[in-house]
Amino acid sequence: MRFLPARRRVLKAALLPPAAAVVPLRFVADAHADSVAKPGQFSYFMPVEFTFVEAAVARLIPNDELGPGAKEAGVATFIDHQLSGPYGRAETWYMQGPWKQGTKEQGYQLKLTPAQLYRTAIADIDDWCSKNGKRAFAETDTNAQDQMLHDLENGRITLARAPAKDFFQMLLQNTVEGFLADPMYGGNRDFIGWKMIGFPGPRYNYVAEIDQYGKHYTMPTIGLLGRDGKRTKES
Amino acid sequence: MATRLPHVDVVLVGFGWTASILAQELTDEGLNVLAIERGSFRDTVPDFATTQIQDELRYAVRNELFEEPERETLTFRNSMDQTALPMRHLGSFKPAAGAGGAGVHWNGQNWRFLPTDFVTRSHTEQRYGKNFIPAGMTIQDWGITYDDLEPFYDRFEYLCGISGQAGNVNGEIQAGGNPFEGPRKRGFPLPPLKRSYGTVLFDKAAKEVGYKPFPCPAANTSEAYKNIYGVQMGQCTFCGFCEWFGCGNYSKSSPQTTVFPVLLKKDNFKLRTHASVTKVLLDNTGKRATGVVYVDLQGREYEQPADLVILTAFAQHNVHLMLLSGIGKPYDPVKNEGVVGRNYAYQITSSVDVFLNDVVNPFMGAGALGQAIDEFNGDNFDHGPEKFIGGGYIALWTTGGRPILQHHLPKDAPKWGSGWKKAMKDNYLRTVSLATHGSVMSYRDAYLDLDPTYRDVYGNPLLRLTFDFHDNEHRMSNFLTDKAQGIAKAMKAREIHANPRKGHYTIVPYQTTHNTGGAAMGTDPRTSAVNRYLQSWDVPNVFVVGSCAFPQNAGYNPTGTVGALAYWTAHALRTQYLKKPGPLVSA
Repeated sequence: MRFLPARRRVLKAALLPPAAAVVPLRFVADAHADSVAKPGQFSYFMPVEFTFVEAAVARLIPNDELGPGAKEAGVATFIDHQLSGPYGRAETWYMQGPWKQGTKEQGYQLKLTPAQLYRTAIADIDDWCSKNGKRAFAETDTNAQDQMLHDLENGRITLARAPAKDFFQMLLQNTVEGFLADPMYGGNRDFIGWKMIGFPGPRYNYVAEIDQYGKHYTMPTIGLLGRDGKRTKES
Repeated sequence: MATRLPHVDVVLVGFGWTASILAQELTDEGLNVLAIERGSFRDTVPDFATTQIQDELRYAVRNELFEEPERETLTFRNSMDQTALPMRHLGSFKPAAGAGGAGVHWNGQNWRFLPTDFVTRSHTEQRYGKNFIPAGMTIQDWGITYDDLEPFYDRFEYLCGISGQAGNVNGEIQAGGNPFEGPRKRGFPLPPLKRSYGTVLFDKAAKEVGYKPFPCPAANTSEAYKNIYGVQMGQCTFCGFCEWFGCGNYSKSSPQTTVFPVLLKKDNFKLRTHASVTKVLLDNTGKRATGVVYVDLQGREYEQPADLVILTAFAQHNVHLMLLSGIGKPYDPVKNEGVVGRNYAYQITSSVDVFLNDVVNPFMGAGALGQAIDEFNGDNFDHGPEKFIGGGYIALWTTGGRPILQHHLPKDAPKWGSGWKKAMKDNYLRTVSLATHGSVMSYRDAYLDLDPTYRDVYGNPLLRLTFDFHDNEHRMSNFLTDKAQGIAKAMKAREIHANPRKGHYTIVPYQTTHNTGGAAMGTDPRTSAVNRYLQSWDVPNVFVVGSCAFPQNAGYNPTGTVGALAYWTAHALRTQYLKKPGPLVSA
């Protein structure tokens, strides 16, 4: 019997996109004078990627008259953390070939992990903007951003390597997750998401309230890490 | 070379509900029993503590308690002319890994099947004629009746401490219960749960339309309960974190809360975790199992000899292991021969979202806190004019209001932007949803076999699933959805949004983990993999227990019937097999 985990590591390494497809991305980032990462600034994202994601989530869940949105809730940070962990690496996914395009009923068949999909798609979108004489996504006005997000959503933009619709769906899903997950993951900061909809957090016991029909529940919002929902006190 | 280990009397493959029950019953006979589990050990404390378990992202979205497709998955296609591709991450269903199995993360919706569900073919032919069954539909009788199984349903319910209202005790219809259920010898161990607002509104509306709604049988305890093994459970707090989560409150029935405290203390029971069984070993006649092979996390292979091998893994894993081990003849849909992998079925579901003016506090709930009607399940109504077979219950469950996955939005709500935000704010506290839970019949072209291309981490072929919804199921589900809309309309809603099940079956959105068939039980070795006691026809010291034994799927959640079958098999082993090992039914 072979030593399986090692074999899996080899397989995973082999599944990374060809070097030619990935390495230049570093230079894309380096091309931006202000985007050299400071150590410890982000878990996964390069600054230019973080800027893109923060601008995009601010349109997906905007700051408006109903209150703060995904940017204020820390959703870009949430996604950064998620992509640097097991989810970003597709650690529990079956990522062995052969790779084929399936029917929509057969689900996700991309060779890219979530982290790779973000990296590839964001670079592709930057390229698409410059090729089409447009300013980078994060630098355009909100109307143009909304239009581009709609175009990605509907597949009206064809990106060089990443499927636009798949990327958009993943971005939207992760944005909603970050807005509504427990604050300990970096999003839903100050319970912004939960307070907006009226979810009081994991309160545990509603024996006395469940048959108080039609009444608002008024206990304060809590998270798994307590009343302020934070892992550490902010200095 | 595999390391050969000391002999045990019984090996159980997997350690979920069925294994826990069989281990408890067979150790009472004095046998040495070993359960081999691919996942880790988990217990109420510390793994499901209420200070950590109520984490939607970790457990419901990132799927922490489930099997990892990276190690084990299957390939899928809708039809035989397609190439099956791997299910790369969990979607349509979520099999568990780890001690307690899916019994840890279920909602606790615990049903009995109807008496007619066990005789689907003969009953349908008798009432509607042979021609009523469409070509290609391969439904068959189970080889047991509801009456055979009744004492074992009862035992599982008293193991779990089911909360509910009986509808039929010894043939006498009980007010407030399900008048369509098969006769039970006695009522439920616990009274029904307190009602949430949503279930009250459903109850009223259903009565107005002329139905007989009843509280759904719940494996969430309405009161403190001491079960048949003396294990103590506590009252459910309606925290709303049942499905996808373990219960930290000893309130949801699971192997941990009902069996482990007694079983794990026994000297003649052993559990081995992080050990994946890859094969059942047969002797040179191929008619006797000598034990199993398993692999640990270091990749070391072990041979575990045993007199009796019981497959108690999740439905399709049992079938996979039979195929990998050469137990029973693999099903061939072209020749229409063989039995292992035959008659795979599933569940067809739909929903009707109801947007109300009142606050319903969706986050207060329990996994099986619901109100249902059964007028359109099984053969509880005349199918003649409808020209389809099967049915399902219609229920309003209030399982919880976890924000990421359990929010409902009106039909025209935007998917993002300020419009999405407004729709979330306006509707989250004011929405309930009706579910229809439809049966799926079995068909010649819906089956499991070994994939020719893709392999698991052990180098074995993945299981291949070929499955689609058929016209019969779509028409039945649409019928149920229409009836559900009728109730929804009587709820005086602001808006109703029906989500019928359309088009091909897809592996992507979650539907249910009610995968059935592939090792069907029955009376004829040409059409069933196991006999009426779930004993392999071909290798009599192998038993295969689980929903893989269902010849087709009924319109209910399967766990109650799976638990009853485990007790049924345990009883046959204790009273017949152990006295005289060998085939319990002559082929």
